[in-house]
Amino acid sequence: MNMQINRRSLIAGAGALTVSVVLPGGKARAAVFGADKRPPLIPENLSSYISIRADGGAVCYWGKMDMGQGTDLGCAQMVAEELDLPIERVDILAGDTGTSVNQGGASGSTGIQLGGVALASAAAEARWQLVQMASKHLGVPADQLTVANGVVMSKTDGAKKVTYGELIGERFFDTQLEWNKQIGNALFVKGTGVRKSVADYKVIGTSPLRRDVPPKVTGTGDFVVDIKVPGMIHARVIRPPVAGASPVSVDEASVKNIPGVQIVREQAFLAVTAPREYDAVKAARQLKVTWSDVKPPFPGHTKIYDHIRAAPVIAKGGDKVVGDVDEAFKNAAKVVEASYEWPFQSHASMGPACAVIELKPGGEAVLYSGSQKPHFTAEGAAAMLGLPKDKVRGIWVPGPGCYGRNDAGDAAADAALIAKITGKSVRLIYSRADSTGWDPKGPASTHKARAAIDKDGNVTAWDFSSKGFSRLDVNSNESQPHDNLAGHMTGVALKPTHIFNTPEESYGFSAKRKTWETVPPLLDRASPLRGAHLRDPLGPQIHFASESFMDEVAFATNTDPVAFRMKHLKEPRDLAVVKAAAEKAGWQPRTAARKQASGDIARGQGIAYAQRNGTRVAVVADVEVNLKTGKVWGRKITVAHDCGVIINPKQLTMTIEGNICQSLSRCLHEEVKFNEKAVTSVDWETYPILDMSEAPESIEIVLINMPNIVPSGAGEGTMRPFAAAVGNAIYDATGVRLRQAPFTPERLKAGFA
Amino acid sequence: MAKITLNVDGKAHGIDADADMPLLYALRDDLGLRNPKFGCGLAQCGACTVLVDGVPTRSCVTPVDSLDGRKITTLAGIQKDGKPHKVQQAFIDEQVPQCGYCLNGWVMTSVALLEETPKPTDKQIREALTGLKCRCGTHISMLRAIKRAAQA
Ligand code: FES
Ligand code: FES
Repeated sequence: MNMQINRRSLIAGAGALTVSVVLPGGKARAAVFGADKRPPLIPENLSSYISIRADGGAVCYWGKMDMGQGTDLGCAQMVAEELDLPIERVDILAGDTGTSVNQGGASGSTGIQLGGVALASAAAEARWQLVQMASKHLGVPADQLTVANGVVMSKTDGAKKVTYGELIGERFFDTQLEWNKQIGNALFVKGTGVRKSVADYKVIGTSPLRRDVPPKVTGTGDFVVDIKVPGMIHARVIRPPVAGASPVSVDEASVKNIPGVQIVREQAFLAVTAPREYDAVKAARQLKVTWSDVKPPFPGHTKIYDHIRAAPVIAKGGDKVVGDVDEAFKNAAKVVEASYEWPFQSHASMGPACAVIELKPGGEAVLYSGSQKPHFTAEGAAAMLGLPKDKVRGIWVPGPGCYGRNDAGDAAADAALIAKITGKSVRLIYSRADSTGWDPKGPASTHKARAAIDKDGNVTAWDFSSKGFSRLDVNSNESQPHDNLAGHMTGVALKPTHIFNTPEESYGFSAKRKTWETVPPLLDRASPLRGAHLRDPLGPQIHFASESFMDEVAFATNTDPVAFRMKHLKEPRDLAVVKAAAEKAGWQPRTAARKQASGDIARGQGIAYAQRNGTRVAVVADVEVNLKTGKVWGRKITVAHDCGVIINPKQLTMTIEGNICQSLSRCLHEEVKFNEKAVTSVDWETYPILDMSEAPESIEIVLINMPNIVPSGAGEGTMRPFAAAVGNAIYDATGVRLRQAPFTPERLKAGFA
Repeated sequence: MAKITLNVDGKAHGIDADADMPLLYALRDDLGLRNPKFGCGLAQCGACTVLVDGVPTRSCVTPVDSLDGRKITTLAGIQKDGKPHKVQQAFIDEQVPQCGYCLNGWVMTSVALLEETPKPTDKQIREALTGLKCRCGTHISMLRAIKRAAQA
């Protein structure tokens, strides 16, 4: 079993990291290489990524973290591979600014794609260094040495051998790496050592089990909510009833009966604290506040698409245009046209965000957070605390799931602000309504698609445009006050980015134009509808539109939807996923909706495909639609998935399964509702998600392994084409084309009418 | 403030608390148990589930003064001889959790289900677990795990 490293004991060491395991018998070391102290934690030091324990196992330090998909394990496998160690002997410490450099946190499904690849590159150098040390120690030329299970030995004389532990155990590599000068996701380092070739892989492609699972299931691991620090007080925030309002006065007498209560107020920011958690809960409920009178800022969710269409454009962009699109439309025998709409969606994380700020003597602090980006989040907390960023250590602790820029970063900044004002260590947890109602949202959008068809039924041009809210009203990094609610509420200058995306695909139409426009946020400061990254930022909305449209064009040209994609897709890997998914699902070719119904139940099958940053996914949904109730069941889901070389097939499968159920939830249920004043989707009743009774009956996943292609992400790819596959299946079942998500019973019934 | 005695995992604990304080806060803050989680405080998600006399109960809406003489079992109390409960073992074998925050509710509810219905059908499992939330979408592996536990 791997060594269990106690997070708390690491923290006690504050800064200087010592991970020590005493060898049984305390054998005298064979050689002394490396440094006795860990060199500074900077990107160019090999010691920042890998160290060797006394027993010859390795510890790797990862500036990202895993949200439950096993990407940390995948990285450990990549390191084990390069070091020729069995996976059991490689531990990984993640997401702690005190032990790892900033590799961008969990972000864009790059855990393996960028984070793991950087660690593997560092590990290749570590192995090279270890072989050089062994060569010196044994007096055998390096090219005469071989490594197995952490033992370096002579190829010709088995007696000449030395273990990693004997070479450098408990000491630190003092080697420098070539660093690409990037911080965050793009960070990459490289040394003299070269990575193994695919043919030699032993650990990559296997499925060891995750190490965080047993403690999670037996309830012995810490979550952020379980962290307690000395002297901490409990805090709750109080958000305005009308978005944009600020407290004019608070009635202190209204909470006077609560022991130790303290009201924390700074401009529009309002919170209460108490020594006991439930007292803080009561105080937040009880406090009487007079709010400023502001003009209700929202059009209401029912008018949001009209609002977007009429709104001014503040930024626009697009991909390089292919061919002469306008000319093709001018000459078209037929034009197919459709518009699609996608609502605001909430992270609605399983638990409301929690953050703990521990104030330390000497103007230092520690942040415990479940945020996806603890390095950046700690900087954000430092800014709110008014401390230099190197004085705040950020430690990631598992939180209630995190699929993008959820409310975790806001909680961290809020807790920091409260700690600064009260001078005390603080544990803050939001209420359900603070979380669902006020977390950053995946933006709402509208999409227009047109296809020009010639007289022979060929597609001669495709024109796709999106208009919606930006995906970056607040930045995912959470490192600046202007990206956090606490900053917004305390009046910092804002700095939104106006950006949208285009579909990622390889349709080889001879003319093609893909563009986007963004519109101003409904409320620019402290908005509960601020746009931010939600799992596969903009992917579901854009590909819901583009891949529903491909179905429409296929039928308009009398072509089967699979045949249509096979005809027009250009990249072999794209063709391969479409073919694999269709075959596995038992695709039935058709050139019109089949409308197969028995009794009240109609059955249909739909396909959609997309690329995502190197990954290719095709989804076939087999759905049942209840013609009476309008309820849709995603009965069987088939996914074909190609994300390059597969590191851990089991975890990849589980990751795709999670994507499937979360995607089903998003396309069947999820829509943030709001009136003129505020968001009204504030809990699980008003923002329902997939229930166990609606889970698919079966899931089929085809993993396509590409050993010679670098790994790309799997955390989000399936999200992308999913809604379109379901929408296309609903069409096949009923002949009703849904162009607005989610596919609620009301929308279905309106379609039947 | 009232003096309240809670019988949790076979041990009696005396606490001082508001009579209407939800059990969840007593378990987490007064008794230092971390398995029941705060997910909503509204009886909508199940993260805070404990068994009260064997019945899955949402501790976030159960006042502490309503539990006199009742037997409360938490996740920490379902293990025997330091070994995971068969439901837990099945969840481990199936590698169910992603973030794991929801898990307490699913495990506790499944334990109660299998007590009452040792060999549930797929439909019975789905019905028993209706209303619990899992944001990470681990539904399919949970179904596999519960079926596995029922075989164990
Ligand atoms: S926290 Fe009790 S049901 Fe959600
Ligand atoms: S595993 Fe994350 S909410 Fe269920």
